Amino acid sequence: MSEPVYQLNQVIKEYTGRRVLDVDHLNIQRGEIFALVGPSGAGKSTLLRLLNFLEPPSSGLICFLGVEYSLNRPMPLNLHRRVTTVFQRPILLNRSVWDNAGYGLRLRGRRDATVQVRAALEQVGLAALARQPARTLSGGEAQRVALARAIVLQPDVLLLDEPTANLDPYNVGLIEEIVRGLNRDQGTTMVLVTHNVFQAKRLAQRVALLLEGQVVEIAGVDEFFRSPRDPRTAAFARGEMVY
Amino acid sequence: MIISRDPALFEIVALSLRVSGTALLFSTLIGIPLGAALGLRRFIGRRLVIALLYTGMGFPPVVIGLFVYLMLSRSGPLGGLNSPVMPALFTPGAMVVAQSIIAFPLVAGFTMAAVMGVDPQLRQQVRALGATPWQTTLAVLSEARVGVIVAVIAGFGSIISEVGAVMMVGGNIEHRTRVLTTAIVLETRKGNFDLAMAISIVLLGLAFISNVAMLRLQGKAFNE
Repeated sequence: MSEPVYQLNQVIKEYTGRRVLDVDHLNIQRGEIFALVGPSGAGKSTLLRLLNFLEPPSSGLICFLGVEYSLNRPMPLNLHRRVTTVFQRPILLNRSVWDNAGYGLRLRGRRDATVQVRAALEQVGLAALARQPARTLSGGEAQRVALARAIVLQPDVLLLDEPTANLDPYNVGLIEEIVRGLNRDQGTTMVLVTHNVFQAKRLAQRVALLLEGQVVEIAGVDEFFRSPRDPRTAAFARGEMVY
Repeated sequence: MIISRDPALFEIVALSLRVSGTALLFSTLIGIPLGAALGLRRFIGRRLVIALLYTGMGFPPVVIGLFVYLMLSRSGPLGGLNSPVMPALFTPGAMVVAQSIIAFPLVAGFTMAAVMGVDPQLRQQVRALGATPWQTTLAVLSEARVGVIVAVIAGFGSIISEVGAVMMVGGNIEHRTRVLTTAIVLETRKGNFDLAMAISIVLLGLAFISNVAMLRLQGKAFNE
């Protein structure tokens, strides 16, 4: 087993006293695609926000590449920038596709990264639309721009929050292929949040079921779907408790 | 007067632009950060600050003129200090102070509204791309730029056409504190309606040119 990128210990997240996440222990290994599945409100997106250091846990510890992140210990910017997220509903800047794709690099003071931006746009199949205003794109194209602005940063960890929800099969296939390629060719660690058990099956090496903020079961993809230990996992895999 | 390029008129135009331009600069420097903070942050007393700001947006300029007059007069708390940085009454500096106080609630209030109109998810997504808090604020302001420029236009409009406060704290002194609006009042009172109309046309022209320039600043975003 490779070294863990993340180690979570007794991580709790509460909003105004309501506990939405309670993860006793969770490791995410370097270079894997780790899928988080579960019904709406299970705490999947909350966990992703914690993994991207967008909000700290209410208590507990997240260890990222050996550096601790907790309520009173923010993640240093240089490490924060090694992780990024592609969200379910991408919000693009009111600028061109090109400007959006290169935005993260500009935040890092790299204004001359023409080659990287072009390569990222070619990778998502949008090089021809580079000069087009981002607000004119379709949902699928906008999500591909969001993917381009993430992969251009060459992150150590790419977090994917329902990246293909509401997309047509063509765009789903395209995005899945890019994700698979990034993981295979660059060894990017990925955490994929999805409702779609078939997508988890297609992409992930390990899968975790999250229910009411708690991890019910973590297993390799085959074991998770073929011989789950917990009856709730079996029910979820059969599609009986998706919503 | 306009066609003959009367030097007195040019002096008044130059002073009007200098006073209102400086006041706009100050009110923008205070108003945009304040509006952004009110739109983006949640803190104790925020609602009170917003209520005060809204009150300021509708405050009669003549009352602000009276307030500045009392503050800067020799027997007032600021005028009595004899500080070199504190402008004296009946100087362009006093007019700048009054106009800055008139414009800044408008700039801050409209900026706040513009910033609050930006999708809150944008901040999270920009931060996820590695933005610092400062870069996140700039990204939101950039997305709200059409509204922010409207805020600046509203601030400018409120002071270039304002007469009560500048009359009170400036005194409408020839060659020193006479601006377009106070000159219009004076010439109307003297019965020089032709002259008052000519100055009014210049004032309208200036307001139009300034607003066109700011509209150009909004650039393509205005059309999207």
